[in-house]
Amino acid sequence: MADPILDIRGLSKSFGALKATDDVSLDLRPGEIHALIGPNGAGKSTLIKQISGEIAPDAGEIRLDGRSLSGVDAAGRARLGMARSFQVSSVAAEFTVLQNVVLAAQGASGATFRFFRPVMRDSALLDPARDCIAQAGLTGRENVPAAELAHGERRKLEIAMALALRPRLFLLDEPMAGMGTEGARALGDLLDGLRHRAPILLVEHDMDAVFRLSDRVSVLVYGRVVATGTPDEIRADPEVQRVYLGEEA
Amino acid sequence: MSMLLLIEQLLNGLQSGLMLFLMAAGLTLVFGVMGLINLAHGSLYMVGAFACAGVAAATGSFWLGLAASIAAAAAAGAIVEVAVIRRLYARDHLDQVLATFALILIFSEGTRWLYGSFPLYLNVPPSLSGSVTLPGGIQYSLFRLAIIGAGLAVAVGLFLLIGKTRIGVQVRAGEADREMIAALGVDIGRLYTLVFALGAALAGMAGALVGTIQSVQVGMGEPVLILAFVVIVIGGIGSIKGALVGALLVGLTDTMGRVLLPSIFDLFMETSAATSVGAALASMAIYILMALVLIVKPGGLFGARA
Amino acid sequence: MSAAEITAAPTGRGGRMARAQIVNAALALGLIGFGVGAWAMGETFLVTLATKVAILAIAGAGLNLVLGFGGLVSFGHAAYFGLGGYTAGILAHHALNYTPMFEWPVLFEGTTSMPVIWLVAMAVGALAAAVIGALSLRTTGVYFIMITLAFGQMIFYFAISWPAYGGEDGLPIYVRNGFPGLNTLDPIQFFGLVVALLLAVLGLIAMLARSRFGLALQAARQNRQRLMAVGIRPGGVLLVAFVISGAITALAGALYADLNRFVSPSMLSWHLSGELLVFLILGGTGRLFAPLAGAGLYIALEHLLGGVSDHWQFFFGLLLLGVVLFARGGVIGFLAGGRKHG
Repeated sequence: MADPILDIRGLSKSFGALKATDDVSLDLRPGEIHALIGPNGAGKSTLIKQISGEIAPDAGEIRLDGRSLSGVDAAGRARLGMARSFQVSSVAAEFTVLQNVVLAAQGASGATFRFFRPVMRDSALLDPARDCIAQAGLTGRENVPAAELAHGERRKLEIAMALALRPRLFLLDEPMAGMGTEGARALGDLLDGLRHRAPILLVEHDMDAVFRLSDRVSVLVYGRVVATGTPDEIRADPEVQRVYLGEEA
Repeated sequence: MSMLLLIEQLLNGLQSGLMLFLMAAGLTLVFGVMGLINLAHGSLYMVGAFACAGVAAATGSFWLGLAASIAAAAAAGAIVEVAVIRRLYARDHLDQVLATFALILIFSEGTRWLYGSFPLYLNVPPSLSGSVTLPGGIQYSLFRLAIIGAGLAVAVGLFLLIGKTRIGVQVRAGEADREMIAALGVDIGRLYTLVFALGAALAGMAGALVGTIQSVQVGMGEPVLILAFVVIVIGGIGSIKGALVGALLVGLTDTMGRVLLPSIFDLFMETSAATSVGAALASMAIYILMALVLIVKPGGLFGARA
Repeated sequence: MSAAEITAAPTGRGGRMARAQIVNAALALGLIGFGVGAWAMGETFLVTLATKVAILAIAGAGLNLVLGFGGLVSFGHAAYFGLGGYTAGILAHHALNYTPMFEWPVLFEGTTSMPVIWLVAMAVGALAAAVIGALSLRTTGVYFIMITLAFGQMIFYFAISWPAYGGEDGLPIYVRNGFPGLNTLDPIQFFGLVVALLLAVLGLIAMLARSRFGLALQAARQNRQRLMAVGIRPGGVLLVAFVISGAITALAGALYADLNRFVSPSMLSWHLSGELLVFLILGGTGRLFAPLAGAGLYIALEHLLGGVSDHWQFFFGLLLLGVVLFARGGVIGFLAGGRKHG
């Protein structure tokens, strides 16, 4: 088995008496979609934020390509190829699609403090940006302000920005949220193809999508991973059925 | 430097700190509950001082003047809230800053129009004039002592109001969650007007009391407003406790800095240089204090967030 | 300049872009025409008034870089304006009084050369902005507003209580500082110099806004979380913008001191910080030429209303309130159409 790209060991985080993350260990291997599911309040978003570097864990370790990420902030992790999308779409609303993706390409390039050349004529950024826009299925929408995009298109824009970061892995927080059946299926097909670019850690409530797309599923309940396995194993797991499917279904 | 002078200056610092607290309490409540930065708070302070001066001159009674200051500032606050401020709650901070900056121009120039540019002076009421001898033989102004007492009483009253009453519960709920408080069936519009008027009344009272010690003039609210901002930054926005601690820290630092720093520099400099270096440094002392707090706790001493 | 203006070049959203550019050109030509016309008619006072507009527009342009593009509401920009003014005043004071400023490590006697003064003023403004910015940028939102205001006041009170350079009374500059090849005492020559600097500053900001740095700066205004998530730290971008901004506003302060041949703590007062913000909202927040439109309108109103009533600020307050509450696009938004920031 290939070495994991992302390796999380013994991660813990408490807010006062609440253990939001309780000794969580999981990994993400090349080429896979690893879904993270769990009832509301299970601590999925808190876990994602620790991985992305927005909040610091109390204990435990996160490694990216074998390198410890402790002391690396969110921007540093993004530059190492951790491409994140947000639960609520988060883009620069006044920028066009192209400007948003160019911004991501600029972030990946690591060279922001350049004051002279017009960025929107910088082919070192424009070419990869257009390429990512095409891969995300937004060709023809380059010059539309992000604020004017439909919900599904904004999700695609986030994917295009993630691609422009030259990702080692994707960290996607409920990309299907708020999408209709059609839109969710189309986005699912997009994600399906992305796993070969970089593995995906996918937080998602849409169970159809999770069981259709995932290679592995981890179930998080009250901050603990209660089970990890293939979709079939998870479906059959009595513990999971009791604590999770029992509550939600 | 005598011990007596030191204690007298400590009391002065306490007094100015408590008056700052009256200003900062209103500002921090308005920010905590409504999310509004109000530059015109200093204008309400000025309105209180002018109302006190006007009524005291007309009736000869300081106490009627003091009551008028509270009533006039509260009324001005309520009117401004209904006419202007409530249109700003949903706006960004820049719009709030500019609109309340416009209010300052209107209040200041309007007052100058009515009263002219010359300062007015208030007389300390006869019952509080003169000085008392404190334990240890310190002579201290009775009026300033009364201000300290009044400031402490208002602080206690405010903590009881916020901590123990129905309105206080609503205010705290409003800080936590606007939608929840609406769901509880509270009339938010009325609550906001009430909180704003309460803050204005406290500012007006401070204006009348400080105006009696110093003078009453256009623009008197502005330096106090900025000091109150420093207080809030130190204490943490939205926290009444932070406002009290911050106000006392700022009042004492400012007062003691002006007394002590020149004498400290006098120890290793010639006197004239020590006086100017000390005075210059003293004028910056509270801002240096603020910078230190920012470095250690960017959200303020009692702030919920950065 | 706004997001739409930046994209306009490669993508051809042309109509609005062209209109904004026509308004900008009209503003610049209007200022130059006013100054030259007043000079031709011998109205020296009006030339000086136009010079004042151009200087205040430079100061506002500095603020616009952080506010209009970076979204930082700095309420303390008078600090850099005043520091620039005092730099000019102090350097000239030493040179004119033949009292060396310092003798170690080299003898420095001050200077009356504008280019040198400008460079020193910009360095002083940049340094102050670096210190104040590094502290203030630890916070956001309303804290940032109050802290920048407070630091501005700190420098104001320092200037008042430090007696060496006039304290509360200010510091006169007996003879306007010189520029090689020009007679700066001739109002129209000084006006030309100031307008050239204004256009250079606006050109610099337009260039910055289009650069990689400008893209990140404008992203920081809209969504700092997103900027972090693409690997760019907003703090560094905003601090660099703040330093450049401080330098530009300090340059304006040095020019203002030379215009009045006098520096006083009033250049550092928080009212001036407020007025700089007012210029931007009057002109149209986020627009490259907003400071010029706003400063021009403000000075015109001061002059016209001031002629009618001593209490013109009362009416100006009402007008400002109306603009903030009901007309958020400002002058340029009204003339050029389009939304704020694009």
